[in-house]
Amino acid sequence: MFDLERWQEIFDTIRKNKLRTFLTGLSVASGIFILVILLGFGQGMQNGVAKEFEQDASTSVWVWPGVTTKQYKGLNPGRRIQLRNENYDFAARLLEDEIENKSPRYFVRNASVNYGKESLAYGVQGVSHQFQFIENAYMSHGRFLNHSDEVHTAKVAVIGNKIKRDVFKDTLSPVGQFLKISGILFKIVGVYGDIGGEREEERIFIPITTAQKVFNGADYINNMSFTLPPAENFDAAVEQSIKFRNKIESYLKQVHKVAPDDTSAIQVFNPMEQAKRFYNLGLGINLFFWFVGICTIIAGVVGVSNIMLIVVKERTREIGIRKALGAKPWSVIGMILHESVFITAIAGFTGLIFSMSLLEIIGPHIEIDYIVNPSVNFNVALATVFVLIFAGAVAGFFPAWRAARIHVIDALKDE
Amino acid sequence: MIEIKDLHKSYKMGSNSLHVLKGINFSVEEGELVAIMGSSGSGKSTLLNILGMLDELDEGSYTLDNVAIKNLNETKAAQYRNKFLGFVFQSFNLINYKSAVENVALPLYYQRVGRKERQEKALKYLEQVGLKEWATHLPSELSGGQKQRVAIARAMAAEPKVLLADEPTGALDSTTSYEVMDLIQKINDAGNTILVVTHEEDIAQMCKRIVHLKDGVIVEDKKVEQVRASQYV
Repeated sequence: MFDLERWQEIFDTIRKNKLRTFLTGLSVASGIFILVILLGFGQGMQNGVAKEFEQDASTSVWVWPGVTTKQYKGLNPGRRIQLRNENYDFAARLLEDEIENKSPRYFVRNASVNYGKESLAYGVQGVSHQFQFIENAYMSHGRFLNHSDEVHTAKVAVIGNKIKRDVFKDTLSPVGQFLKISGILFKIVGVYGDIGGEREEERIFIPITTAQKVFNGADYINNMSFTLPPAENFDAAVEQSIKFRNKIESYLKQVHKVAPDDTSAIQVFNPMEQAKRFYNLGLGINLFFWFVGICTIIAGVVGVSNIMLIVVKERTREIGIRKALGAKPWSVIGMILHESVFITAIAGFTGLIFSMSLLEIIGPHIEIDYIVNPSVNFNVALATVFVLIFAGAVAGFFPAWRAARIHVIDALKDE
Repeated sequence: MIEIKDLHKSYKMGSNSLHVLKGINFSVEEGELVAIMGSSGSGKSTLLNILGMLDELDEGSYTLDNVAIKNLNETKAAQYRNKFLGFVFQSFNLINYKSAVENVALPLYYQRVGRKERQEKALKYLEQVGLKEWATHLPSELSGGQKQRVAIARAMAAEPKVLLADEPTGALDSTTSYEVMDLIQKINDAGNTILVVTHEEDIAQMCKRIVHLKDGVIVEDKKVEQVRASQYV
């Protein structure tokens, strides 16, 4: 390995057989390149799925009513289910131990929103003070609603970042300003942001109690949402959310006399289950990419072996000459392997560096839906290069060994 | 220098065995220039292969420079070939991607001679065969005669005890053949032992001794008056 003379001999050979060297190198480099890029995109997809579910708290559960589609206990289908405060309170008490944050929600319909003389078109929703954590919202000014607002049915409002940008663009902070909602003045106490994007930032939140009282909501609520405490791991979180979903579903169905198999009357959305599905999909895709990548590597190995076979065949006569001049069998094997390992190593690392830098440079800029920052574990990539080099050496060994054992006379006859 | 006693060699051809050499007794002194003649199938190439340690003998003994050559493994044979023997082949057998000087330097590489010294020695031997100015040319850029001279330089570079030439003029026209023979004679004049396998009478006459093989036995072994090749050049 550290025999300088042999290195010189190998460099001579490589220099004088550029095409052969180039082709061997190309198949190895492209194999590694394709594998790394594929693995990178597999990772990018997983990143993308993870990001897609970041906009709401990942353990959140959303419940909203619909219309019954099945007759049950003498009641006709087509009945609209209306959730009430008591449903929410009871559910919250029943599942108290399993809930981290909770909030009912009441949509204020046909509300006209004015700021000074300006008329605005934003939705107004009554929520609890814990809704901030369910939405994964952060405060950019002031505060969110609090418990005392609810108790005192305070006329306060929290607006989204987009509203601030649209309406209060000349003001440093809209906190302390007043909005007129259907003729009633509400004081802005905070501005929230949501990583889910602008669509999530054009709502006005007011306390649920105020919404119901002031806008004739009686004890109606439109939906309710919860977050569950963080679980140890992903699977536990999924299991927990499924359990919770089943409990709350069966309670609400019972209390509203809905057939147990009626899926449209009470609807529960929980991102965890969705995430699980995407996560599994991501795993599947990753597995697929690995499979393709390994096939690519195998193709690369086969390519290297093929080239080695041809190289040895092509060099049979040369090997015969070398042996006649006093080359020992092991020096012949060593020469061929040394050359092939050297070429695969250089080409492998070239492919590795090329693909890694491509991912490094382009990766962070890729932000299509479901593909975010494709990247690859360096050690994994490095390991594949070594596997390829090793496989190439093994693949080259047998033809080299055979060539070294050929009789000099036969080798010299080879044309 | 070479001592062969009662040499037998046969090849297995399926179930039959072909007895090629049937008891050869033969010795060569240092400084001799011997032609081995015979028609094809006479066993002359087999004899040369055994002499060159490219093939193993079945029976008998072979001593080269007082070293008994028997039961060699590949590694040992390679070592001996490198140390004792130089080969010149009918088809030159130069490595086509190496220049003339690199071809000549190759046996020195296997003698573990340093790169610089290799280069110097190789150039010296190329000069001796009159091809110094062709040193950096590839074999494909040389004529047949030039190629054979490079091959002879390569064989000599290892400073072997014996030079074995297998039909060295077989692929050359007669003028070039005589040039090559002239070179071989000069090398012999310098005291080197040379064996030439040939089936051409005029080439054989340029040696000092002719051994005739027929059907695996030596039928004639005579000293001849050497014809100098230089008179034809």
